Amino acid sequence: MDNYEAVIGLEVHVELHTKTKAFCSCPNEFGKEPNTNVCPICLGLPGVLPVINEALLEYAIRAGLALNCEIAAFSKFDRKNYYYPDLPKNYQISQYDLPLCRNGYLDIEVNGATRRIGITRVHMEEDAGKLVHGEGGADYSLVDLNRAGVPLLEIVSEPDIRTPEEAKAYLEKLKSILSYIDVSDCKMEEGSLRCDANISVRPAGTDILNPKTEIKNMNSFRAVQRALEAEIKRQCAVWAAGGTVESETRAWDENKGTTVPMRSKEEASDYRYFPDPDLVPIVISPDRVSRIRRELPELPDARARRFTSEYGLSAYDAGVLTASRALADFYEACARNYRDPKLVSNWVTGEFLRLVNARNLEIRDVKLTPAHLVEMLELIDKGTISGKIAKTVFEEMFDTGKRAEEIVKEKGLVQISDEGELSRIVEEVVTANPGVVADYRNGKEKAFAFLVGQVMKATKGKANPQLVNRLLKERI
Amino acid sequence: MKLSKKEVEHVALLARLALSEEEKERFRAQLNSVLEYAEIINQLDTEKVAPTYHVLPIQNVERPDKEHETLPLEETLQNAPQRDGNYFRVPRII
Repeated sequence: MDNYEAVIGLEVHVELHTKTKAFCSCPNEFGKEPNTNVCPICLGLPGVLPVINEALLEYAIRAGLALNCEIAAFSKFDRKNYYYPDLPKNYQISQYDLPLCRNGYLDIEVNGATRRIGITRVHMEEDAGKLVHGEGGADYSLVDLNRAGVPLLEIVSEPDIRTPEEAKAYLEKLKSILSYIDVSDCKMEEGSLRCDANISVRPAGTDILNPKTEIKNMNSFRAVQRALEAEIKRQCAVWAAGGTVESETRAWDENKGTTVPMRSKEEASDYRYFPDPDLVPIVISPDRVSRIRRELPELPDARARRFTSEYGLSAYDAGVLTASRALADFYEACARNYRDPKLVSNWVTGEFLRLVNARNLEIRDVKLTPAHLVEMLELIDKGTISGKIAKTVFEEMFDTGKRAEEIVKEKGLVQISDEGELSRIVEEVVTANPGVVADYRNGKEKAFAFLVGQVMKATKGKANPQLVNRLLKERI
Repeated sequence: MKLSKKEVEHVALLARLALSEEEKERFRAQLNSVLEYAEIINQLDTEKVAPTYHVLPIQNVERPDKEHETLPLEETLQNAPQRDGNYFRVPRII
């Protein structure tokens, strides 16, 4: 396998979170009762006229610009014809030869190196409905058309991706950018971001293009990475055994940990595209493009660079903090109001993210506010609480949304900095552990740490650590 | 004739039409005459003519992103050949 390299291109579909559908005014909502978000247009009833949602166009241009694409001055919609019950019209409104955006790129970082992945095109289309297949060998399917007509962007990468890690990094960066510009939720579990992969392998260092397979049914970023790893292995084995990789569509089987052939769609790629006569062409003026460009927020890469220069963070920490706009906003709201932005970064990339993951939360749903974190850090500075106790306080703040001061009072967590009281405890510990004290005097440094630990234990962690160190040293 | 029987069968399959042998021949002839007519149009020199993407001289018709009422469920499903609760029920196709 070492002698082979993979050639990977990703095709990503994202649902845009406009208020209404792409070509009709039905609400664009997830999780409604089946067939209640529909109207004659998205049901494909005869005689209706679809009209494009201006928000779809705005979002699509925004995404194109954020992905460094050229925005076509002239664009149009086409009908992609196929018969399947998830599409009541028997065609999908899509874009064929004149997509809205072309020739973009995004930069990914893998193992400390930056790679630029080309984006061939970004086009607008409508989503299809959902099929629920009857249970057991039932001979019917149930159709829910709530999703039919929901606006989608199809984002097609160049075959520039070489490893499964790069594929994952590409998806993470794409998700990050699309969330920053607020066009999609990008939730793979809810299907608002879906990814198919085209992949072939070739002897490393050559530019042969071998037959590729298309991999579907990957339901998480992790699944994409694992599926590509498995497919590379499979294709390499086929070539190594003197065989030939068949051009086909395969499905990732999560349980088996391998890709399996999908029954090939009969006459699959005969979509007979033609311009949709119901939708008029789209002419985008340079003014409109520049306005949308001006309105773009600071994007993740630029923000990460600024975090390193403005707050003195490492590239790694800046990358972690800026991957999500909500996280970067939280961090920045703290960092602007606290003397040590690096310390803030440690708390946010450390305890904060640990708890976000452990509690399985979205950052925007976290009760802890940036002001509360700053207040807690100031309590440490003042010596009211120790850094160790702060972790307990932080977790309580995170879960309850209460202020640090309140928690410290409620739980009696104020740091003990009273010399008299601490001296008494130090005396007790020293008396109770004559052997350890002797070890320390004989040069065992570790013995000292044990004694400090005993004082901490006796004070439930509330003793001022600097003071404990000093008092112990003086005593023994 | 330009169009083969196999091509007629292919197009019929794409349109999910079941054609009898007699119909295949009949439609082959009709489709051929359409294609022949297109051939005639194809002879025109369109070198200096911009492609027509739409027959109307209109562009950029957009609507505001504002919700309108949806169709009541009973109306949505009233023409369904088969219904199952809130769903349309169709033959299974995978």
